[in-house]
Amino acid sequence: MATEILMPALSPTMEEGTLAKWLVKEGDTVSSGDIIAEIETDKATMEFEAVDEGVIGKILIEAGTEGVKVNTAIAVLLDEGESADDIADSAAAPEAAAPAADAGVKAAPAGGSATAAPPAAPKVDTSPDWPDGTEMKTQTVREALRDAMAEEMRAADEVFVMGEEVAEYQGAYKITQGLLDEFGARRVIDTPITEHGFAGIGVGAAFGGLRPIVEFMTFNFAMQAIDHIINSAAKTLYMSGGQMGCPIVFRGPNGAAARVGAQHSQCYAAWYSQIPGLKVVMPYSAADAKGLLKTAIRDPNPVIFLENEILYGRSFEVPVLDDFTVPFGKAKIWREGSDVTIVSFGIGMTYALDAAEKLAADGISAEVIDLRTIRPMDTDAILASVMKTNRLVTVEEGFPQSSVGNYITSVVMQQAFDYLDAPVINLTGKDVPMPYAANLEKLALVTVDEVIEAVRKVTYR
Amino acid sequence: MATRKSASKPNVSAEELLGYYRDMLLIRRFEEKAGQLYGMGLIGGFCHLYIGQEAVVVGLEAAAKEGDKRVTSYRDHGHMLACGMDPKGVMAELTGREGGYSKGKGGSMHMFSKEKHFYGGHGIVGAQVPLGAGLAFSDKYKGNDNVTFTYFGDGAANQGQVYETYNMAMLWDLPVIFVIENNKYAMGTSVQRATKSPSLWERGAAYGIKGEEVDGMDVLAVKAAGEKAVAHCRAGKGPYILEVMTYRYRGHSMSDPAKYRTRDEVQKMRAERDAIEHVRDLLLSGKHASEDDLKAIDKDIKSVVNEAAQFSQDSPEPALEELWTDIYADSVPQQA
Repeated sequence: MATEILMPALSPTMEEGTLAKWLVKEGDTVSSGDIIAEIETDKATMEFEAVDEGVIGKILIEAGTEGVKVNTAIAVLLDEGESADDIADSAAAPEAAAPAADAGVKAAPAGGSATAAPPAAPKVDTSPDWPDGTEMKTQTVREALRDAMAEEMRAADEVFVMGEEVAEYQGAYKITQGLLDEFGARRVIDTPITEHGFAGIGVGAAFGGLRPIVEFMTFNFAMQAIDHIINSAAKTLYMSGGQMGCPIVFRGPNGAAARVGAQHSQCYAAWYSQIPGLKVVMPYSAADAKGLLKTAIRDPNPVIFLENEILYGRSFEVPVLDDFTVPFGKAKIWREGSDVTIVSFGIGMTYALDAAEKLAADGISAEVIDLRTIRPMDTDAILASVMKTNRLVTVEEGFPQSSVGNYITSVVMQQAFDYLDAPVINLTGKDVPMPYAANLEKLALVTVDEVIEAVRKVTYR
Repeated sequence: MATRKSASKPNVSAEELLGYYRDMLLIRRFEEKAGQLYGMGLIGGFCHLYIGQEAVVVGLEAAAKEGDKRVTSYRDHGHMLACGMDPKGVMAELTGREGGYSKGKGGSMHMFSKEKHFYGGHGIVGAQVPLGAGLAFSDKYKGNDNVTFTYFGDGAANQGQVYETYNMAMLWDLPVIFVIENNKYAMGTSVQRATKSPSLWERGAAYGIKGEEVDGMDVLAVKAAGEKAVAHCRAGKGPYILEVMTYRYRGHSMSDPAKYRTRDEVQKMRAERDAIEHVRDLLLSGKHASEDDLKAIDKDIKSVVNEAAQFSQDSPEPALEELWTDIYADSVPQQA
């Protein structure tokens, strides 16, 4: 049967081209791979090869023709024994075979309509994280994180820890203290200083059915590994049509510590929270550190678990339970209030809670919400609170542009605009690389005074 | 390129030879068809064809057993066909249809098959190398004797993460075979314009990893080298490097004007070193098959490929709801 040779698309963007030159003539025999024509695309002049074998029966588009649409028949190829006379003149080009994309793509499920009536306050899950009357013990964040890993490692052999100095050194910040002794070198693995490489190996191990906990000595170093976190870990489930997930936890200290300068003092909460496929956790208290890390290790998705060096040594009450976990996507209201909502997470909570305490002395009642997980984010808790207080201040240590607070503000504006009595204020770190000098460093971070000042602004008091 | 060593008296059965011929021909015909569908606008974006390199994957798959894993770059169609993935599912992924291995959401460069232990299809040059070592890590951790074939090109061989991976793979004795498919050009840059290293596999020596150069246009030479590497890995001796010297006949992707090499160079390789012609010669000269036998295989392959092409056009585009699925394994609802 005669085959039409069609004008090919020779680049992702080509829609038409010039048939510059024929290198064969009618009657020539061609085989697969022979160059039959030169075609000028929008990018270059390309050689066009025959795919099938046969005899060129008829050339339909003359050399030199410009603006030949992709998929136009340019020649007819005959099989053995066929003659050019067999070809009907109806060898017209079929319409482009590629189906047109349906225009009705589902709109992003974001935002409410600008004209709708003010929405009702969403129902918020305010169930306690542990039953009343549970025995409590005082623990540092550091101990809580270690206990979470140890408990999950006891429960499942697929869970292992890898990272720099996690084993014999007992952890650069002593988070993995004692794990090597209990679990041995097979499951507590010191790596060379090679973040890009061991992050990739961790992701591969997760593809292979294990549940790695990859410790970065700090998240600043994870920038060397960010390609694997985003391109390899976060996107594979989607790119594989749901076949292959990546159950992995990337954890380590994040944000500013003290006097370590610009390259070691950066908060990545906003960065990672942008990525579909990742979950992003940033605990404040020891109980949350423990409960959320256990949830992270069990989660079938890649989880970014952002800790804070300054918080490691802080003590909190932690419930004494055999298997205590905290779900993702559930904020915690640390303090109820009626005049203003302060939303924060991680170390930002220290400023938020201090400020709320001081404001209470002045008669301003602040509701303080700890997001705990940035993605998924419990926006319902924020909205319900703002609908009650009508004022919002967000607090974080990251940079101001495209901050987590910016996102929260956008959600509140779209879904609770009519409830706002004042513009939202986003408190962040300053828009500067972290300076080393003690006085400048203090100036670059959020302060309790700034939170108080912002609350006074939005409450007009 | 080294002259062919094993051509005269191959220690291989007629059945095996016919199998390699068939597998290589399937890849070539599939890729030619993919090129054609691209030209018709049915395949979009990037499309990296494997034509010319068929003997590499077919030879190495001949050395693999059930349970072994493989991971590669974006020039991945051949690897998928060679490990037994369905040509229909691969072609339908190229056309972005529901019947594709990733339901149309991955495309040419991002395909996976858990069933066939094919772990992608990765679009970032060199990223698959630590991923492959990680897969090998998981097998060693579980205590089985599986190995992971980790394919990358001469271009990726200059990525830093390859050497980070060599270091850890050797440090931890990981059962991973690093297969450098040296097709002489990283897109438009020849190996000689990218490095002064006389060979790529020898770089493994800096980490204590053994390896060798292999004639990648000779499927039997590739198979023999693969068997040696596999035995090394299965014996718990750690990684092994194969630098397989091969050649890509087509452009880097579809829109490659190929000004970095001469037409003669390509034609010479096709005429003198073609891997499929080589096996064809062995089959005919060894009287293992007749012209008619081979013609029957050609015909059969042609119909398999045509069926795949038809399926890839008949299969519908993914449902619009698919935009929102497979983002999280536990289907956490999307936030506003």
